[in-house]
Amino acid sequence: MKRRKERIDRGIKVRSEDIFALCSWREMLYLASPRLLPIVGLIVLSFVLSIYWQKVLLSVSVFALLAISWDILAQSGMISLGQALFFGMGAYLAGIMNHTWGLSPFITIPIATIVGGVFCTLLLLPVLRLRGIYFAMVTLILPLMLVRIVEATKIFGGTEGLSGLSTLPSKWVEIYMIIFALLAALFGSRRLMGSDFGLVLKGISDNDRSVMNAGINIYWFKAQALFIAGSVGAFAGAYMTHVYMFVGMPVFALDYSILPIAAAVVGGTGTLAGPMLGAFILVPLSEILRGLGGLRIVFYGLFLVVFTVALPEGIFHYIRRKYHQFERWVEVEA
Amino acid sequence: MLLSTLVYGFVNSIILALVALGFNLTFGISGIANFAYGALYILAGFVAWILFNSLGLPYMLAVIFSVLLTAIFGALMYRFVLQRIKGMVLSEVIATFGIGLAILELLKYLGFIGFEYNLPVFVDFSIDIGQVTIDMQRIFIVIIGIGLTGFLWFFTHHTRTGLRFRGIAQDERTALSLGINSDRVAALSVSFGAAYAAIAAIVILPLGTITVEHGYDVLINALAVCIVGGLGSTGGVVMASFLIGYAETFTATYLGSHWVMLVPLAAILGILIIKPSGIYGKQKELEERI
Repeated sequence: MKRRKERIDRGIKVRSEDIFALCSWREMLYLASPRLLPIVGLIVLSFVLSIYWQKVLLSVSVFALLAISWDILAQSGMISLGQALFFGMGAYLAGIMNHTWGLSPFITIPIATIVGGVFCTLLLLPVLRLRGIYFAMVTLILPLMLVRIVEATKIFGGTEGLSGLSTLPSKWVEIYMIIFALLAALFGSRRLMGSDFGLVLKGISDNDRSVMNAGINIYWFKAQALFIAGSVGAFAGAYMTHVYMFVGMPVFALDYSILPIAAAVVGGTGTLAGPMLGAFILVPLSEILRGLGGLRIVFYGLFLVVFTVALPEGIFHYIRRKYHQFERWVEVEA
Repeated sequence: MLLSTLVYGFVNSIILALVALGFNLTFGISGIANFAYGALYILAGFVAWILFNSLGLPYMLAVIFSVLLTAIFGALMYRFVLQRIKGMVLSEVIATFGIGLAILELLKYLGFIGFEYNLPVFVDFSIDIGQVTIDMQRIFIVIIGIGLTGFLWFFTHHTRTGLRFRGIAQDERTALSLGINSDRVAALSVSFGAAYAAIAAIVILPLGTITVEHGYDVLINALAVCIVGGLGSTGGVVMASFLIGYAETFTATYLGSHWVMLVPLAAILGILIIKPSGIYGKQKELEERI
C-alpha cells in the first residue's frame, strides 16, 4: 500500500485572506502575529538580555542585515560570495570620515550608507552582465583584492587600521538604531520584493532574456538592486565601525561573506525573513561555540553543505508551511 | 634581468595552467564550478606530506596515494553531495564552497601551519639558461604541465571515456539517449579535476611551504584563468595562463610583489569589457555567461 502526504491549507488561512479577516480577532491575530513577532521579540530581547548578550544581539542584527542584503541580491539573480565587500566599504567610509574630519557618527553612518552603496554598485557595474557563478566568482575575489590593496598601498592605516573612532552616545542608541534599521530593512525589502519592481527583479533571476524581451533594461534594474543591497550592507559596516571604534583589514574578512550566506541557506532563501531567522540561530550558536575557536568556521562550512543537500528549503519555509497548512497521509491507488 | 623575467614568467604561466586545468575540466564537462578546488589542492599537499613524513612511505608512493585519495574524495563529493543538487547552480556553488571552507579551516585548526610543512623537490640541482639559473623543480613543472595539457587533449579526443566527457559537455540529453551515464561521467569529471589539482599541488608545492591561505589564492587564480580563457577550452586555459602569468611576473619585477594579486582581477575585468566570453569563448559559452 502506497501513501503520500497531502497538504491542505488551513481554514483560517483561507478565511483570513480577504476582507472577512476583519470579522474576528482570531483571524486578525493569525495575520498579525508573524509580523508582530520580530518587532515585539526584538524589543523584549533588548530589555531582558544581560550586557554581554546585548552585544551579541548587536552582532546578530548586523549579520541579519548582511543576510537580508544577500537575499535581495539572490532574488535578483545575483549570487554574491562577498558580502564583506559591502560591509567593508561602509566600515571604511565611516571610519575615514570620522578619522579625517571628525564627523559625528550621526553624519558618517548615513553618508557611508549611501556612498557605500554607490561605490559598491560602481565597482560591480562592469560585471553586471555576468550571470550565476561568474558573478559569484567576481564578488568572491573583490574583497580579497581590496584587502591586498590596503595592505600594499598602506592607505587608511594599512595593516594597523584606524582606531580611536568616536562611539555612539549611549548603548540604548546603539541597540535601538540597529533594531530599527533591521526591522526597516526586513519589512521594507519584503514590501519592495512584493511590488512590481520586485517582480521585475525576480523575473530577471528566473529568465533574464524574457525580461529583456519585454523591453526592460535588466542592467538598470540589477544596478538598482545592487545599490539597495549594497546600502544595507554598508550601513551594517558603518554601524559596526562606530560600535567597535575601529576599522581595519578584518572588515573584509571571510566571516562577513560566509555567515550571511550560511544564515540565508539555513533560514531559507528568497523570503528575507528566513535569512534573518538564520542569523538569529547561527550567530548565538557560534557565540556558544566560541571555545572551539577556528573550528567554528568548519561548522559553518558543514552547515552549508548539510542544509543545501538535506533541507534545501530552509527553516523558514518549513515553519511557514506548518503555519499555513496541515498535512495528512492519504492512500494512493496502485 | 629581462631574460630571467621571461624565463620565470614562462614557468609562472605553466604553473597557472596546471592550477586551472582541473577546474576547467570539471566545469567544462559537468558544468559544476568546484569552489572546493583550492582546498583539494592544499589537501593533496598535506596528504602527501603526512604519508611521506609521518607514515614514512617512499616519496613516489606517497605522491601516487595522495593523487588517488584526492580523486576518490572528488568522486565521493560528487556522489553524496553534488549529485543531489545537480542543476541548481546556487546550491552547487554554496555546497562546494562550504566543503572547501570546512577542509581549509579544519586543516588550520588542526595546526598545519609552519615552515616544516613542505614537500621535497624531486631532484636538487639547477641549470643555467644563458645567464639565468633555474632549478630542476621548475623544469619539472614545465615538463609535467606540458605533458598534462597534452594528455588532456589526447584523452578527450581519442579515448572512449574522453569522448563520453565531450558528449555530455556538448549536449547532455542527446548523450543520455546514446547510453552515456551522465552521473557517472560527471562523477569522473569531478574526480579527474581533483586528481589534476592533486598533481598540480605535488609538482608546485615543493617551491615553497604549504599554507592554508594558499588554497584561496589557488581558487582565485583558477577562476581568473578560466574566465579569461573561456569555458571548457583547453586552448583558452593555456592562452590565458600565459597572458596572466607574464603579466604577474612583469608586475612583480617592475611594480612590486604586493601588486601581483591584483593582476587576476584586472585580467578578469579587462576581458569582460573587451570580450565577455573569454579569449576562446564560442557562442554557446556566451549564452551561458551573459
